[in-house]
Amino acid sequence: MQGILAALLNSLEIGLLLFVIAVGLNIVFGVLNVINFAHGGLYMLGAYFTYALVSYAGLPFWPALVLAPLAVALLSILLERIVLQRVYGRDVSDSLLVTFALLLVIDDAVQIVWGSGIHVVAPPPSLRGTVEVFGITYPLYSFFVMGAALAAMLALWLFFARTRAGRIVRAAAIDRRMAEGIGINVPRVVTGVFALGAWMAGAAGVVAAPMRAIAPGMGDRIIIDAFIVVVIGGLGSFPGTLLGALVLGAIYGFGGRYLPQVNLVLPYLGMALVLLLRPRGLLARRAA
Amino acid sequence: MASGGETVLAPARAGRRALHVATGALLVVLLAALWLLPGWVPYFYVFVATRILLMGLFAASFNLIFGYGGMLSFGHAAFFGAGAYTSALVLLHFGWPLVAVIVAATIVAALLAWVIGAFCVRLDEVYFAMLTLAFGMMVYAVVHQWRSLTNGSDGIAGFPLGRFGLGLDLQLADPAVYYRVVLVVVALAAVVLHRITRSPFGLLLTAIRQNAERVSFCGVNVRRHRLIAFVIAGAFAGLAGALFAPFNRVANPDMVHWTQSAQPVLMTILGGTGYFLGPFFGAAIFVLLETWITTYTERWMLFLGVVLAVLVIFFRRGIFGTIVDGLARRR
Repeated sequence: MQGILAALLNSLEIGLLLFVIAVGLNIVFGVLNVINFAHGGLYMLGAYFTYALVSYAGLPFWPALVLAPLAVALLSILLERIVLQRVYGRDVSDSLLVTFALLLVIDDAVQIVWGSGIHVVAPPPSLRGTVEVFGITYPLYSFFVMGAALAAMLALWLFFARTRAGRIVRAAAIDRRMAEGIGINVPRVVTGVFALGAWMAGAAGVVAAPMRAIAPGMGDRIIIDAFIVVVIGGLGSFPGTLLGALVLGAIYGFGGRYLPQVNLVLPYLGMALVLLLRPRGLLARRAA
Repeated sequence: MASGGETVLAPARAGRRALHVATGALLVVLLAALWLLPGWVPYFYVFVATRILLMGLFAASFNLIFGYGGMLSFGHAAFFGAGAYTSALVLLHFGWPLVAVIVAATIVAALLAWVIGAFCVRLDEVYFAMLTLAFGMMVYAVVHQWRSLTNGSDGIAGFPLGRFGLGLDLQLADPAVYYRVVLVVVALAAVVLHRITRSPFGLLLTAIRQNAERVSFCGVNVRRHRLIAFVIAGAFAGLAGALFAPFNRVANPDMVHWTQSAQPVLMTILGGTGYFLGPFFGAAIFVLLETWITTYTERWMLFLGVVLAVLVIFFRRGIFGTIVDGLARRR
């Protein structure tokens, strides 16, 4: 019973964090119609920037939580303006190739700057230690991760459902030309959305930094996971992303505990199963 | 106007035929030079040339689905790796002659491509790119975790390289001999691949890239043609991998990693997607640059990423394609 509860908490923690990453990927896809292969690289940069701010600049964790995602977002604005903007309107494969090139660059740049070793960031003092819930001890920091992810989810929902800017973004996603026709500066919206997606990836990287090893390759693993999430849930679907993230979180949480010998392969099997039954994902927007 | 068109067309056709003859003659000279290569270059470059040929075949197999079929795969290393691992395992456990080994490896890679392809070709390009990357990493995960078969992250080494087969007495351990074996196999494979691109099937594949909807309205099963192309590409990637493992003396998970899948993508873009020989040309540039740059720095993916972005943005036709187009315009 306690084992199941621990696996459940673990699943939630992984799933909610994955949601924040995958939803950023999905928002960018919705407006730009581009799958950003470098999204995992931006997540990784968030974690590395945190490491740099905490250990080189000697800052506490909380300012880093604000500054690192901001830095990632600013960098992404440059990338979008300099690189991505040149391939809009071309073949889909061109934008895929360009973001793939960014992935290669970010992966290697990180190793040039920080080396190929593993780095560690300690959780802030107020979030260290463990708590007792229903007879199991669980790290306090994990609850912070879940809380932060839920807060991000709520903020995102409020932004898209309740604010004028959110409606403008939705309008640009639904019909670009019409949005331009009614006076929306679509290129600026596109840049803003790309930066928002990057900000979310960076923020997820900061939050993940104290509980995961900061190492090259962390971005690759997370982008594959994010792909699996959007494939399971359905590309372009907000609730689908949440469902996909929770399903994948459960696969990791329970698979890691009960089927350790095949746990690396389980996510792919889950994805294959969903693809067989619902090719466009569990909660696809469009009919198959 | 019409008669004017005729007079312009006739010399153009004659010119194209002359170009074909010239290209054919150039290729024969190139192949002859490649055959004689071990005689007049330092030993090191025999290894480099072997690598170029095998990576060229790997890239050309990728270009069948990307350049011709319009499917951008980020998981092509799965099939290269399947070929390499099959080759290493069969040599280690059964000690078959090389000919039988590469046939077996090609079949295994084709079967794997069939299973993975069945999932990937069903949806559009964006899904295809994501799924190929994900399934490619699945193969990587399997290779990593199935330690009893694949020896995990250490890979499979120490397999003997015995006879070639077909009654030929070849000293495969001699790099020059192995290089020539590779040259012959790659040349034959390239001819077959080229025939496929010029066959009705290949033309249909190109048509699907240009307008899949319209082709399906003509009564063609688009999904099935895509799958066949994917399986053929996987088979040839497996063939390249099968010859690569004995050359490399080890089959390890790096061969299946996504960075390995990035290589044919880069080579093809580098050379040019629009020409059959583009990927081979790209592989040559890639391997030579790699050889040169990695003597200075380990981190050359950064350099490659920048090159890839610049090529995609400014020279979408690749280096080979840009040169050939430039020559064609001068004529």
